[in-house]
This record gives sequence, structure tokens and C-alpha cells, in this order.
Amino acid sequence: MAANSHQAGDGSSAKGSIFNDPKVRGYIYQIVLVGGLVYLVWNIVQNTAHNLEKQNIASGFGFLDNTAGFLPNQSLIDLSATSTYAEALLAGLLNTLLIAVIGIFFATIVGFVMGIARLSNNWVISKMATVYIEIVRNIPLLLQLFFWYFAVLRTVPHPKQSLDFGGGFFLNNRGFFMPKPEFGEGSALILYALIAAVLGVIIMYRWAKKRQMATGQRFPVFLTGLGMLIGLPLVAYFVAGMPITYDLPALKGFNFAGGMKVIPEFVGLLLALTIYTGAFIAEIVRAGILAVSHGQTEASYALGVKPSHTLRLIIIPQAMRVIIPPLTSQYLNLTKNSSLAVAIAYPDIVSVGGTVLNQTGQAIEIIGIWMLVYLSLSLITSMIMNWYNRSIALVER
Amino acid sequence: MKKALLSVLMGSAMAVGATAAGAATLDDVKAKGAVQCGVSQGLPGFSNPDDQGNWTGLDVDFCYAVSAAIFGDASGAKFSPLSAKERFTALQSGEIDVLPRNTTWTMTRDTALGLNFAGVNYYDGQGFMIRKSLGVSSALELSGASVCTNTGTTTELNVTDYFRSNNMELELVQFEKADEVVQAYDSGRCDVYTTDASGLYAQRLKLTNAADHVVLPEIISKEPLGPVVRQGDDQWFNINKWVLFAMINAEELGVSQANVDEMKESSNPAIRRLLGVEGSFGENLGLGNDWAYNVIKAVGNYGESFDKNVGPDTPLGIARGVNALWSKGGLMYAPPIR
Repeated sequence: MAANSHQAGDGSSAKGSIFNDPKVRGYIYQIVLVGGLVYLVWNIVQNTAHNLEKQNIASGFGFLDNTAGFLPNQSLIDLSATSTYAEALLAGLLNTLLIAVIGIFFATIVGFVMGIARLSNNWVISKMATVYIEIVRNIPLLLQLFFWYFAVLRTVPHPKQSLDFGGGFFLNNRGFFMPKPEFGEGSALILYALIAAVLGVIIMYRWAKKRQMATGQRFPVFLTGLGMLIGLPLVAYFVAGMPITYDLPALKGFNFAGGMKVIPEFVGLLLALTIYTGAFIAEIVRAGILAVSHGQTEASYALGVKPSHTLRLIIIPQAMRVIIPPLTSQYLNLTKNSSLAVAIAYPDIVSVGGTVLNQTGQAIEIIGIWMLVYLSLSLITSMIMNWYNRSIALVER
Repeated sequence: MKKALLSVLMGSAMAVGATAAGAATLDDVKAKGAVQCGVSQGLPGFSNPDDQGNWTGLDVDFCYAVSAAIFGDASGAKFSPLSAKERFTALQSGEIDVLPRNTTWTMTRDTALGLNFAGVNYYDGQGFMIRKSLGVSSALELSGASVCTNTGTTTELNVTDYFRSNNMELELVQFEKADEVVQAYDSGRCDVYTTDASGLYAQRLKLTNAADHVVLPEIISKEPLGPVVRQGDDQWFNINKWVLFAMINAEELGVSQANVDEMKESSNPAIRRLLGVEGSFGENLGLGNDWAYNVIKAVGNYGESFDKNVGPDTPLGIARGVNALWSKGGLMYAPPIR
């Protein structure tokens, strides 16, 4: 009898009702749930379509091929007067990606430095980090955004009194201007040299690691790598006959023309996102380091390892396992928070989409695009971070 | 647990089913006891809350007038401040009943968005404001300038078209809210502030030193501004249309807030029809016959509303110009009540 009921639990016996089988029941619940969700979504779509039709509101994605008639003031792709809404939205998406990637990069640096600084034995350093973290974490991002944007704007001069850093670098309240490289014939050689240098660094790193494992001798990987990365393209540059020329920005009418420019909206948004998210990352880093048993530090010191090496080679690698999952959340937050850009005129996907929405009135379609964009970005970020998390996870032997 | 899940699903499905906006807006408004108007988030002269939190302005007056036509007094007017981006969705979804929010009448909005424009309560055009110190006297000298404006309006299209057709370089900086545009312009981020000329005069009042700024003479577009309603409710459309016409007709006939009671005794048949002494024009709208009388009693005629909110004696100091009556060389022309 006891054996029988055990078998029924496994689902391998037909004895008793099939609904008592937890496995089957699990499937049934899931089918019911999926069915319910499908019905709900179908219902929403039907209702929306019906209501739109009843109110004579046009719908569909056909509007994407129409001429946009406006240009974002920063674009990574070439836009012209005849660009379509689809191209304008793409430019907005790329602007979102740009701020997210650069923001994540700097926020990580700020976060790690501040997180470690807060644990420093130096009273001044640790208190400074504490003050930064506590102030920044407790002020809403939007206020910080306005603060940085308008602070950045008010301190820099008008174009006619631009700060001149020499060599074609200028700063004024329209942006930071710099020379724009123009690649002439033979520039491809420099690119090849750069690729070769990157490959060379990877090979050298592997070789140095192997040698250290085998012989215990260390090789100056960082300096040699840096030398290769700078040296090889430089040699290629001269071999190809110096093909790169520069387009210098110059004052023309109201503003500088030519060259490359970083708009103040970008700087304001980047500062706000970096400093805000950095404070949260700092706390995560601190928690991660504190999670590593102090015995590890003591053991390391007892072996005569330098404090900086202890931190870099023993504490941080173990702390990373605690740090990565909440760090992923902060990366997602930063990406999503970049949508506040609309408040300070940085043309991200929300800002550009909002303009398109108002010009075409296609609210549902635009909101659909926004949702799809942020969902995709979040899933991709999580995927990369989860992959990294798995790769550094503790491997039990 | 399954039951709970099902009831949640059913509940959400029904909630979705119930959101369709009803057609009989007048009945809804009467049932609510108030007409919900979408207005700007603060544009002096058009819709702006004063220091006691009371809304004033030309657009707000229209809302008071609609309330008076339905309920007999202005107290049934309720206001929802909306950004340019939110306004049409709010109207389409039934969150507001009418949108008197300095909104330009364009073909797309009138056709593809399921909206109807009830008329024009202000004939406007897009202009440029710039610092006097830059020494610019014409919009054609603006090539290469940074131009600040709001997102989600017709202005960004007009300015792009204008710069393109005159072969001029443009850097367009678009903010979500008018206040942010003012702040950015004031701090020197932009050389130029562009929006409807009426808006420029209104926003100039918010600058640190209003006298340092000048509105350039070029008007680059036609911006007929007027109240908007949803398509598909002819009765509600008629009410809004005729409230506006009644105010314009009242000015033409010399009926004002002060003399409206005496005017009831007038022998002029046009005035008698307007004030409901003769005929049943109000009933045809689904309102009382004294609908127009109530409108004029509560907010006055169009000219009075104009003078009080944006006219030469207000801080905005806008001349009647094209907004004068047709009989005085302007564009304000209302069909007769008969």
C-alpha cells in the first residue's frame, strides 16, 4: 500500500485519479494560466482595436515610413530633412544605448572606488565616501538631473567667450567641441594594426598566465599591452603616410561649426546618472566586501601579501559573487532612468518617441515601441550579467 | 486558488471592456455635475492658476462659458493641466470632456486623431524671441542658432521647415515642459525661443529681465487655436461650437456682461434670439433657452474675455490684430443665431 501511493506520486502508476498527480496538476495549472493570459491579451487587443475604430482614430505602424520633419540635436546616424519617423526613432534608440553604456561604465568605476573608499582605514576618505553616498542616494534623480544640467549650463560661457583649450578644443554652453578626425586613403591599415594589437594582447595575457602558473614568474602584462595597443597603430599611421586629417571647429555666426561636439544635455544626463547610480553601486560593493570573511584578509596578510594585492586578488573576486546580482539591477535601473532625459532635452528614445507620438497621434504604437525597447534592453543586460555571474561562480569540486 | 486566479482574469477583462468612452457627453457632464476641461500647465493669459489657485485666461473663460451654458453658472468648470504630449490622449480616452488648450487646428488632428475642432478662439502664428544684445532684427539671420522649444507641438515642424526652406542651419533643443524651455533659454543654452507668438509674450514675463528680449517680426506659420472635442458626439460638438459663436456674436451685437440684463428688453431680433427671448435655439442644443444669456452673464462676450486676459491693458499687452471682429478688419466671424 505504501509502495503504491509512492508510485502514484511518481506519476508512473495509473492507480488513483490522474489529477492527484502533482506533475499533471502542475501542467494543468500552467495551461490554464497561459490560456487565461492569452485570452486577456486577446481581449485587450480586440477592445482597443474596437474603441479606436469607434473613435475614428487611425492605427497601425504605417506612419513609420512618413517624413519626420524634425531632427534630434544629437544623432549617431546621418539624418536629413527627409528622414522618416523610423529613422528618427532609431537615432533616439542609439542615443539611449549610448548614454546607458557610457553611464554604466562610469557608474561602475565611481561605485567601486566609493564602495572601497567607504571601508578605508583612512578616516577622511571613508567619511567623504559616506557623505557622498548618503546625500546622493536620498535625493530624487530628477532633481539631481536639473541640478547638474543647469549647473553645467550656468558656469560655462557663451560661444563668443568660449574656453579655448588649444588644438581645436573649445567649451561653451552649446557643448564641448573637438577636432573631428577624417580618415583618408590607407586608414584601413591602422584599423588592421589595432585589431592585430588586440589579438596580440590576448595571446600575451594567456601566455603570461600560463608561464606564471608553471614557473611563478610574473610578466608586466599591463605595460606591454598598453605599448602594443598604442605602438602598432602608431607605426601603421606613419607607414600609411599619415592619412588622418582633422576637421577643426570654428566660430561661425552664433556657434561653432565643424568638428565633433558633445552636447550639454548629454553631459548633464551622464553626470546625474553616473553619480546617482554610483552611490547605489558603492553600497553594493561595500556589502559584497563585508560579506567576505575577515579571516581571508588576515590569512592573506599572514602570508605576507601586500594589502593592495589582497584586495584585488583575494577579497574582490570573492565579493563579486555577492555583488553581481544586485549590480545587474543597478545597470537595469540606470538604463531605464535614462528616460528622464526628456526633462533636459537629451534626444533619447522617449523624447524622440514623444515628439513622434504627438505629431502622428499614434499613442498605442509608440508606447508599444517604448515597452519593447526597454524590455529588450533589460533582458539583454540581464543575460550578459547572468552569463558573467555563472562564469565567476564558485565551482565546487 | 484557481478561483481567485479566474476572478482576477475576469475582472481585468471586464475592466478593459468598460473603458470605451461614452458618446453622450452632455449626459455624462450633467451626471457628474461638472465639465472637465484640459488646459495648459500654466500659460499666462490663456490658462494660468493665480496665487489663490483660481484658473484665469482666455481658454479657461471658454470652459467657464461651457459650464454656464449647461449649468447656468461658471462653477461647473473643472480643470486638468496637461502637457502638449498628453492632451489628445486625455481627450480621446474620455478623461476630459473638452480641450481648450491653445491647440492648433491641423488636418491630421481633425481627421486621423478622432477629434473635432469647435472653432478658433485665438488666431496665432509661430514667432521667435531672441536677446536684444545679439543684434538680430530678422528671423532670416538665425542660421546656426540653437533654438529651444517644447516637444510634441506643431512648432518643431514649422521651425524645421522654415530653416530648411531658407537654407539655414538649425540646432533644435526640445524640452518636455514650457517652464524648462524658459529656464534653458534664460540660462543661455539657446539663442532663440520659438513657439506661438502669444506664448512668447506670455513666457517672456517669466524671464529674469523681460525687457532684454525681443520678439522678431516674422510669423512663420498659421496657428488657429481653439477648443477640441471628441468625434462622434454631434450634440456635444454643437454645444461647444455655439458657446464660442455666442460669445463672438454677443460682442458684435454689443451685448456685454454689464448690459446683458437690459439687453433682454432689446427690440433687436438678433439680440432677442441670442438671449433666448425669442425662439428655442437653446433647446435645439439640448440646453435651456437662456444658455447664451448665462454664458454672457458669467464670462462676458469674446472681446471682454480677450481684453481681460491678453489685451493691451494686461501684462501680455497683445493688440486685437487679426483677432478683432470681422466688422473691424479681423478674422472673428460667427455664423448667425437664427
